[in-house]
Amino acid sequence: MLKKRLIPVLLLKNGRMIKTIQFEKWRDVGHPITAAKIYDAQGADELIFLDISASNENREILFDIISTVAEECFMPLTVGGGVRTIEDIRRLLSSGADKVSINTQAVECPEFIKEAALNFGSANIVVSIDVRIKENGNYEVYTHSGKKATGLNAIDWAVTMAKYGAGEILITSIDREGTMQGYDLKLISSIADNVNVSTIAHGGAGTLQHFVEAIKIGNASAVAAGSIFHFTDQNLIKARTYMKEANIDVKTVWD
Amino acid sequence: MKKLDSPLIVVVDYGMGNLRSVAKSIEAVGGSVIVSNKREEIKNADKIVLPGVGAFAEGMNNLNKLGVIETLYEEVKLKKKPFLGICLGMQLLATESYEHGIYKGLNWISGKVKLLGADGIKVKIPHIGWDDVKIIKKHKIFNTFSENTIFYFVHSYYFECDDKEFVIATCNYGIEFPAAICRDTIMATQFHPEKSQSSGLKLLRNFINA
Repeated sequence: MLKKRLIPVLLLKNGRMIKTIQFEKWRDVGHPITAAKIYDAQGADELIFLDISASNENREILFDIISTVAEECFMPLTVGGGVRTIEDIRRLLSSGADKVSINTQAVECPEFIKEAALNFGSANIVVSIDVRIKENGNYEVYTHSGKKATGLNAIDWAVTMAKYGAGEILITSIDREGTMQGYDLKLISSIADNVNVSTIAHGGAGTLQHFVEAIKIGNASAVAAGSIFHFTDQNLIKARTYMKEANIDVKTVWD
Repeated sequence: MKKLDSPLIVVVDYGMGNLRSVAKSIEAVGGSVIVSNKREEIKNADKIVLPGVGAFAEGMNNLNKLGVIETLYEEVKLKKKPFLGICLGMQLLATESYEHGIYKGLNWISGKVKLLGADGIKVKIPHIGWDDVKIIKKHKIFNTFSENTIFYFVHSYYFECDDKEFVIATCNYGIEFPAAICRDTIMATQFHPEKSQSSGLKLLRNFINA
């Protein structure tokens, strides 16, 4: 059976690892390479790096971080943030990324996802969707790190992106991000039940039970989280044990 | 760089994906690695690794353009040099692929490359993540592994091997498909040992030491 994945998210800004609440109020939470090694030692299933550096110079640091991590951690790495061109993808993949996550560019130019999937294969292309809930209960896609509303419905958008060749959908609830109040299960399941690609739930995990809910109720293929690993005494080993006890098929460490 | 007493492994660079991780993981378990597409360097190596991520047609096309198919054939099929194909590097060994058309492969091991889920139960495609691998034949690359193990997969297509004799491990995703195959000194895995943490490193160590 395909295992449900447990994925730490490393949010990067100017070479440091940070954490936000609802995409704002960022705090420094350490060095990404040190954190990556710890997550690797604890048997994380993958790592997701999302860079929110504003300038291109600072983005150069990202390539260094990824290539250093890839030299020491022999596990899948997904990297996103500011990916605009085929060349950006090529450069990240050759730095050691296995999958590249695309967000704003997918909304501004949906054809880019087709082109990326054709060039690199769907398996390496992740579409990241940042979502806010509207007053009427609908889910709206936001770009530019949550700053710009698009008018797009998140569920329709996920379906379109899967059709265009996205190999996975990373769903982030901006409302829940950093709050540790639990995933938006309705959002996660509405997307997971409607696309024929893997879905990664992100935004809101604060307890180990939240992981279980995202999989059992949200039908997610994978759960991603930041705060719970930065700010609580929970770690991946405890999380995996907890999920296993809840009858979720997770990876056993090791042969 | 060549280390004393360790076999020289060439990782064939044909422009298909993340070769760096493959090279680094082999170095991590004590192999000496060169990443190259030069015929002389392929000939000088003790063992050959063909990794690869991406589309089948482009992979074959690139191997053709580099003019290394004949060299690989001589070294592996004729001189019996140990060979490890990974993911696309496994699928290229097939007779033909049905990925976005019909394309001829290397035909070192008779079989077809087909889309997952096409004739099985409904599954999410691509097949991404850690999945159970059942070792069905004892082989030196699985030395010290238990019969049921776990590796990391990222693929939409699989190698349907005509001769089941060559299948040494299987995985079940909608249908049962070959996770690893072996014919003489040709070994290949659909999963990614270079991304499978300690299990993957163990397999690569076995390949180097075998």
